[in-house]
Amino acid sequence: MTNSRLLPYLLIAPSVVFLILLFIFPLVQTIGLAFTDQGGASLGNFRKMVGDINFGVSLRNTFLLVAVVIPLQIGLALGMAVMLQKMEKGRDLVLWIWTIPLGVSDLAAGLVWLSILQDRGYLNSTLFALGVIDSPTNWLSYENPTALFVGIVLAEIWRATAIVLVILVAGFQLIPKEYFEAAEVFGATGWTRFRKITLPLLKPSLQSALILRTVLAFEVFAVVYALGGRNFPVLVGEAYTWMRDNQNDGVAAAYAILIMVISLAATLVYIRLLRTKPEAQA
Amino acid sequence: MAGITIDRIKKTFGAATALAEISLEIADGEFLALLGPSGCGKTTLLRIIAGLETQTSGRVLIGERDVSALPPKERGLAMVFQNYAVFPHMTVYENVAFGLRMQKADETTIKREVERAASLLHIEPYLDRYPAKLSGGQRQRVAVARALAVRPAVLLMDEPLSNLDALLRLEMRSELKGVLQQSGTTTIYVTHDQTEAMGLADRIAVMHGGVIEQIGAPQTIYERPATKFVGGFVGSPPMNFIRMPVAGGRAALGGFSAPCPGAKSEIICGIRPEDMRIALGRSGLDFKVSVAEPLGSTLLLTGKVQDQLIRVAARPDSGLKAGDIVALEPEAQRIVWLDSETGRAVGA
Repeated sequence: MTNSRLLPYLLIAPSVVFLILLFIFPLVQTIGLAFTDQGGASLGNFRKMVGDINFGVSLRNTFLLVAVVIPLQIGLALGMAVMLQKMEKGRDLVLWIWTIPLGVSDLAAGLVWLSILQDRGYLNSTLFALGVIDSPTNWLSYENPTALFVGIVLAEIWRATAIVLVILVAGFQLIPKEYFEAAEVFGATGWTRFRKITLPLLKPSLQSALILRTVLAFEVFAVVYALGGRNFPVLVGEAYTWMRDNQNDGVAAAYAILIMVISLAATLVYIRLLRTKPEAQA
Repeated sequence: MAGITIDRIKKTFGAATALAEISLEIADGEFLALLGPSGCGKTTLLRIIAGLETQTSGRVLIGERDVSALPPKERGLAMVFQNYAVFPHMTVYENVAFGLRMQKADETTIKREVERAASLLHIEPYLDRYPAKLSGGQRQRVAVARALAVRPAVLLMDEPLSNLDALLRLEMRSELKGVLQQSGTTTIYVTHDQTEAMGLADRIAVMHGGVIEQIGAPQTIYERPATKFVGGFVGSPPMNFIRMPVAGGRAALGGFSAPCPGAKSEIICGIRPEDMRIALGRSGLDFKVSVAEPLGSTLLLTGKVQDQLIRVAARPDSGLKAGDIVALEPEAQRIVWLDSETGRAVGA
């Protein structure tokens, strides 16, 4: 009796210990670090963070990236998922190829795009060979911020659209095909079917994909760092700089807290906006 | 309102033939049931009529109009699906209104037609609810109301009652019949349940292996099956098939003998379990009872006549039990004679 009552707790104990050690404990420590300065409780670290010359730029850049990358990724992934649904043969193969970037680490992905976009990279060699340019262009310099931004957006889309796709494809498979057939029989065109049937029924999956991708997009770092270094400051990059270069754990922790608060806020917004009424669930 | 012509519809999936050149005429306002076991092609035929599946060859005409190449929405039909396919994210009202909205009907028309369909199916109290809050039977009603709200020329139903429990199925069956008779919609109804087909349809097309074995009124299908398959599939328990040697134009087995058509040396006597009388003290087929099952209205006897398994529906008070041996007398005019090789009815 006692054994079987204790067993569930024993079984979840390792994961609880793991989470306490590697998640709760660092979280508490980070909060502590962020709100102490020179041995006492203070908002000094936050004041220093906000007062820094790169703060506004990194905040703006991060939000800009999220605002451009996420809608593009969702749109692309939706399109790709719909196309996969329509395929009769070779669907698994195409899905498999599309999801290859998922297996590439974000730093490696950044380096792949660096090799394409840097001044002696594949893009310039190709353009030069085609006679479009006379000499190598430096796409990734601070003198060319638009090209740098576009490069980062491209790399992020290439790297992380597949995770959205995988979630949406799984969501599609939960929708019985009779819904689409019924809509078709009752006169809905392809576009209407997508708007009135596909999107609403895919809402739970869209919500998961959006939350996951947005939280990760606010944490964007390695790709940006590989392509632009500090020419394109982002929030996590600033946290890294404060800790590594400035040796200031407090301000780095303040950045971490800020990123967490933004991610939580974004998640709450998605949960509210994309709520499926329990009675309207399939 | 429109009649339907199926003109030599053929469907193959790779090397497999799902439908072998099916032709069929359905009159305006008629209720036709496509009856057959799973895999017989009945659902494929329905989906081709709906436009959800493309035929390999042949034509579908609805009300004289060739719709073979048209998408579903231009065929002027409505459909009820086996799993209802009632949209979970819309209220019952919006579900019923869906077809009308797609036709861009104005709000007044939509309201009027939704209320008419809702009252036909008795779902007015649920119009504001979501389907998740409804029982299977209520969802089925919503699916039928959604189909009737557009006043379709043709209504297609794919096993609409098979997901309901037995009692509800019986109730919905008689209600459907009433509603559809009232609306006069041409209906094609796919089912594997022969009692459903018998009870609902004006005519039944029995399908097997991609071909129509027989089309006819339910009673004709039941009493005069054109093939051994039809006799065995329609009716529960199925028809008995007793092989008998023929000599001099008469089939004879044991103490039974009757004139039969055809000139072969063997024939199959098809006879329903309820069409055999127990001939006490007279000669007939010697029937050895091996199992007796009291079913309330009848006593179902299973046993053998010269090693051929047959079933007899006896009177419940006949008092027969396992081990009894009795003489059976098939009612001559109820016998269907079938060719012993092709299984097709002969004579008649």
